[in-house]
Amino acid sequence: MSVFPATAAAKARERRGAAAPATSRGQRAAYLFIAPLGLGFAVFYFWPLLQTFYFSFTEFGAFGGHTFIGTDNYVRVVRDVTVWQALGNTLIYSLIGLTGLPVAIVVAALLNRRGLRGVAVYRALYFVPFVTLPVAVGLVWNWLYNGDFGLLNEVLNRFGAERRYWVSDPSTAVFAIGMVMVWSTTGYYLIIFMAGIKGIPRDYYEAAELDGAGALRRFFTITLPLLSPTIFFASVICMINSLQTFDLIYIMMGETNPAIGDTQSVVGLFYKWAFVENAQGAAAALAFLLMLLIAALTYLQFRLQKRWVHYA
Amino acid sequence: MRRRTLLGGALAAPMLAACSGGGGGADGGGGTTLSYGMWDPAQVPGMEKIIAAFEKEHPRISVRIELTPWASYWTTLKTSMRGGTAPDVFWMNAVNFQLYAANGVLEPLSGHIKADATPVDRHPDALVKLYAYRGTQYGLPKDFDTIGLWYNKALFDKAGIPYPDQTWTWDDVRDAAAELTDPRQRVHGFAAEMHRQFKIYPAICGAGGHVLEDGRSGFGDERSIDGLRFLTDMVDRGWSPPQSAMVESIGRVRYWSEKVAMNYDVSAVSGQMYAVPAIKDHGGIAVLPRGRRRATIIHGLANVISAKSRRKEAAWKFVHFMAGREAAEIQAKAGATISSYQGTQDAWLTSMPEFDLKHFIEMQEYAVPYPSSENTPVWENLQYPLLGAAFSGKGGIESAARTLGEQMDRALKEERAS
Repeated sequence: MSVFPATAAAKARERRGAAAPATSRGQRAAYLFIAPLGLGFAVFYFWPLLQTFYFSFTEFGAFGGHTFIGTDNYVRVVRDVTVWQALGNTLIYSLIGLTGLPVAIVVAALLNRRGLRGVAVYRALYFVPFVTLPVAVGLVWNWLYNGDFGLLNEVLNRFGAERRYWVSDPSTAVFAIGMVMVWSTTGYYLIIFMAGIKGIPRDYYEAAELDGAGALRRFFTITLPLLSPTIFFASVICMINSLQTFDLIYIMMGETNPAIGDTQSVVGLFYKWAFVENAQGAAAALAFLLMLLIAALTYLQFRLQKRWVHYA
Repeated sequence: MRRRTLLGGALAAPMLAACSGGGGGADGGGGTTLSYGMWDPAQVPGMEKIIAAFEKEHPRISVRIELTPWASYWTTLKTSMRGGTAPDVFWMNAVNFQLYAANGVLEPLSGHIKADATPVDRHPDALVKLYAYRGTQYGLPKDFDTIGLWYNKALFDKAGIPYPDQTWTWDDVRDAAAELTDPRQRVHGFAAEMHRQFKIYPAICGAGGHVLEDGRSGFGDERSIDGLRFLTDMVDRGWSPPQSAMVESIGRVRYWSEKVAMNYDVSAVSGQMYAVPAIKDHGGIAVLPRGRRRATIIHGLANVISAKSRRKEAAWKFVHFMAGREAAEIQAKAGATISSYQGTQDAWLTSMPEFDLKHFIEMQEYAVPYPSSENTPVWENLQYPLLGAAFSGKGGIESAARTLGEQMDRALKEERAS
């Protein structure tokens, strides 16, 4: 408040000025609030992204220094058969990863039944694998899968099945690892789906029940359609995560595994090129192409969602 | 070089002052502090003793160890080289050496060696050559290891077979492996594991083949294939577990748990073997059996000086000292590794009287240096994916080896072009 007597004109100006800055001040506050995230994003994501893009056109010296070589790295990536094999493996991981979603939906629906006791305990149990370090998960599962003394083989052996080396047999390794991925991420999607189901009004179920709809009918005609926005969100996240999969495979496979070519993911290949074989330029090209692929698949998912996602 | 991984991983010690400032060059008293980069925590006590002896001789120089776990040693080193914070003196291995030498980040030592008459000739020739690049010496060996035949005397006694000795040939190994294999006890005669340093390279060289010669791959060579076949044949006949079974329980572990009667393994693992009661009691060591010729693989670490060091004079004094008799004797007494200085190995030999460790030193005579080129990991990484099927009893070794040879040649060609 001004201590000087204000003229009418000044007052008008003030009024006019007050109206416009009100929004810009609000905007400024909003920008201020997102600044920490925005800054972090710019420094740790956007800047490296630009750098990666630039370095993908260079040959990178092992001890610094780089020379521009045009699109050679991209040519190398496209011509390398191991890239295509890794891409195939990665897509298999993504498909296996997506199979975890129906499981999570069903479990979430079951846990949301009225009158169920100990929901918190179940939720925690399902969530624990997700917050466990991938290294620990990988090591424990390697013991379960162990061909000589593994629990899985012991159990299957009781039923007359032959012992197998699950993670070193090229025909089973990719599925063995994929199963662990599903196991360790189901809890995360479960939490999302449980929240989604909680958001569906009870009235719908009660009305359907009065009309004589059974549990299955209610699940398919109320839960699933109304959960579809959540399912869509989860499938996008799941796809992105499984296309970037790396740590679990790295831990579970080991260097001398004969199935290594059949399990290597794109990011695994990126790691090998960048940090073992001193081919940072080609690795940057590979990473950039993977980003484009993820962007394309995500775009596709957004296009397709119109056909199956119901926004109530 | 799995053992480094094992040692480095299991005992992963915290990185000590890796990001210390570079300002300690000439501090107040005119003294110089050198940083010394290494990865093996098991060797720290020995290295500390050597440093103490060195500091006694050179009171104005002190040395500080910078320990980085094996898993991150090379990435850390490369990054610190770029940033100019690399240690003054550090450990080098054969796989990485040529990359460093070719990029000019190592200090040439030939001039210093001549001027100070460093006793290079007291170290195994094959080892010294590993650390020369285009006629210039860049590193001086500190230790070495060779591959020998470890066998289980109890299993041999049970099968009524005489123990392996220097007269053994590959035929003897095969005969013994057949006899020693006992499916009911899940015992295998041999562990024909897909491991380049311990199994693949020794077998290839023993068959008279080669891995790398004049910039060309030897994997397609007939004799090299014979060597590989010596191994895969063991798998095919059931005398060795397939590779798929040895990912989870490696040959060494199978030997420890007395499920494998014969195993090729490295001298540096002796200390660990000695710690296993059964093996200490009835484990035996012999020179590698003869194929077409006698051969084993020799590898050793070297001390090198960073070309970016601002304390090169002091660094050279330290490296020179490390290549001498006194340092080698202290290292041998510490027991973790065989000193490469000739005639200083007695302390190591007597540290485990139950084992015939002398065979590891005997084999120096015909040992082949660990093959390497400028970008070794690129073609090394081709080996396991391509040979894996053949080592698991699924697919022929001959075509796999030829494909590997072709791909390795392509990688070597690209290496020369860059």
